[in-house]
Amino acid sequence: MAWIIVLVVVAVIVFAIIGMYNSLVALRNQVDNAWSQISVQLKRRHDLIPNLIETAKGYMQHERGTFEAITAARSQAMGAKNVADAGKAEGVLGAALSKFLLTVEAYPDLKANQNFLALQEELSSTENKIAFSRQAYNDQVLFFNNKTQMFPSNIIAGMFNFSKREFFELENESEKAVPKISFGN
Amino acid sequence: MWEQIRANKRNSILLLFLMAAVLGSIGWTIGMAYVPNPNGGILGLGAALAVWLILAMVSFSSGDAIFLAASKAVPVEKSVHPQLFNIVEEMAIAASLPMPKVYIINESAPNAFATGRNPQNASIAVTAGLLGRLNRDELQGVVAHEMSHILHRDILFVTIAGVMLGAITMISQIFLRSMFYGSMYGGGGRRYSSRDKNAGGAQAIMLVIAIVCAILAPIMATLLYFALSRKREYLADAGGARLTRYPEGLASALEKISQNTIPLSVANKASAPMYIVNPLQKEGMKLSDLTSTHPPISERVRILRGMAGASFADYSEAFNKSTHSTTPIPSSAMKTVEHLEIRQASTQQAAGYKKQTRDIGDIMQRAGGYKFIDCSCGLKMKIPPNFTGSKVQCPRCGAEYNSRR
Repeated sequence: MAWIIVLVVVAVIVFAIIGMYNSLVALRNQVDNAWSQISVQLKRRHDLIPNLIETAKGYMQHERGTFEAITAARSQAMGAKNVADAGKAEGVLGAALSKFLLTVEAYPDLKANQNFLALQEELSSTENKIAFSRQAYNDQVLFFNNKTQMFPSNIIAGMFNFSKREFFELENESEKAVPKISFGN
Repeated sequence: MWEQIRANKRNSILLLFLMAAVLGSIGWTIGMAYVPNPNGGILGLGAALAVWLILAMVSFSSGDAIFLAASKAVPVEKSVHPQLFNIVEEMAIAASLPMPKVYIINESAPNAFATGRNPQNASIAVTAGLLGRLNRDELQGVVAHEMSHILHRDILFVTIAGVMLGAITMISQIFLRSMFYGSMYGGGGRRYSSRDKNAGGAQAIMLVIAIVCAILAPIMATLLYFALSRKREYLADAGGARLTRYPEGLASALEKISQNTIPLSVANKASAPMYIVNPLQKEGMKLSDLTSTHPPISERVRILRGMAGASFADYSEAFNKSTHSTTPIPSSAMKTVEHLEIRQASTQQAAGYKKQTRDIGDIMQRAGGYKFIDCSCGLKMKIPPNFTGSKVQCPRCGAEYNSRR
């Protein structure tokens, strides 16, 4: 009789461990997935910039400083090696881009260019997607980190090396708000 | 949110079995009416259950396709309306869901709905009128509301309920008609052949069934209306505000949609509950507000505008302040404390009335397969889908373009 009770208790514990381990793996995969979503959008942002500058250059002769700032921030961001560095560089790039999109307001000829309007919609949508994927990523990281730190799943997390993940913070916190962009008609 | 998702799954299954019971009893009665012994009843029951099985399978596998086809929604590519695609993609990312299919309905009344079996097989349909009238923030608000319906799994329940409701209405129509013609001929015949006593009894039962069905269909409609009801809409509004971090976008979109006076001709009783704003009802009719599928728009707008932040808790607070009734937000959604700031507006101005009308026409033509070519002289050429030539010439400046681009 006693054996059966011991057996049942052991089985329950084993199943609980398996369940917690699996849910930790699932959460970690979600974090990785959310991060890959951010990288896709960041890459898209980097790809859009040369086109945008090429189109705008002819119209905005007096804004060379703005273009240079964007180009410098872009190469900085593309060279980033880890989450914290990327956050810093992308924050700077985001700020430069939102400044650029504000400057565009002063150039009605540019705003009448269909090609530029299409690029502008793509860029501002990409900016939104970066913001939204960052939202989703940070939510997932929060869930995951909570799970790795809370009892009893923290025991399993410690046993199998589930380490805490970093939030994706942008350098410039005003970047949290989506930049003011005009979609003038 | 898990409470809502679980409730929706449970309700979908419950609805299916409720339908099985209803159809089964109808089948049994008809069977008994034709062959007055248990064999007939069982035969009728079997037939009814077969019909139910087909209905259930159809509504589960292609209920969304039925609704999209009934609403004359056409699937579109990104090139038809890049901004719509971008916004749907943005909201899919924000909700961590796969990208749904995008449809446009060629109607100038502004409205939108979402349908599908699960988030992996979901569709969002918007009317051309909606695209033409709303600015980017407002369109984002509407798409976020629909994305929340997908996220909360409202779509499966509504789709199944809609197909079942449509089928019941159809069956009741068939019975009502057969009863009408049956009484015309049968009534005349009875005068001459009095030995066929069973026919009279069967007819009486048919009549009862027809009446039951005729009564049942509207009851199902009301059930559906209440089940779908305000809670889901409020919840989707809250979810939309949370996804966009910008309640004002949805609020002002709802206002614009409610100001519209053009009726949506593709909507019917079965599909009405799916739309973001009830397409069959005019705002301001106080009595119908009581039993309506959708909460009054003025209320929804007031709640959204009263939000201090963008979280579910903020919505709940604004809801209490505005309506003084119990919050529609499940407590599990408010368990994790969130501080979500409302973001800034993008500074897009609304287009003038003339441009809006022109835009709506353009969107309809694009969705209809027209290709647009901008000539360098400034003329916009619209190539119809049945144009077979490979080159078009600009009628103003004579430049030639490849029409297959």
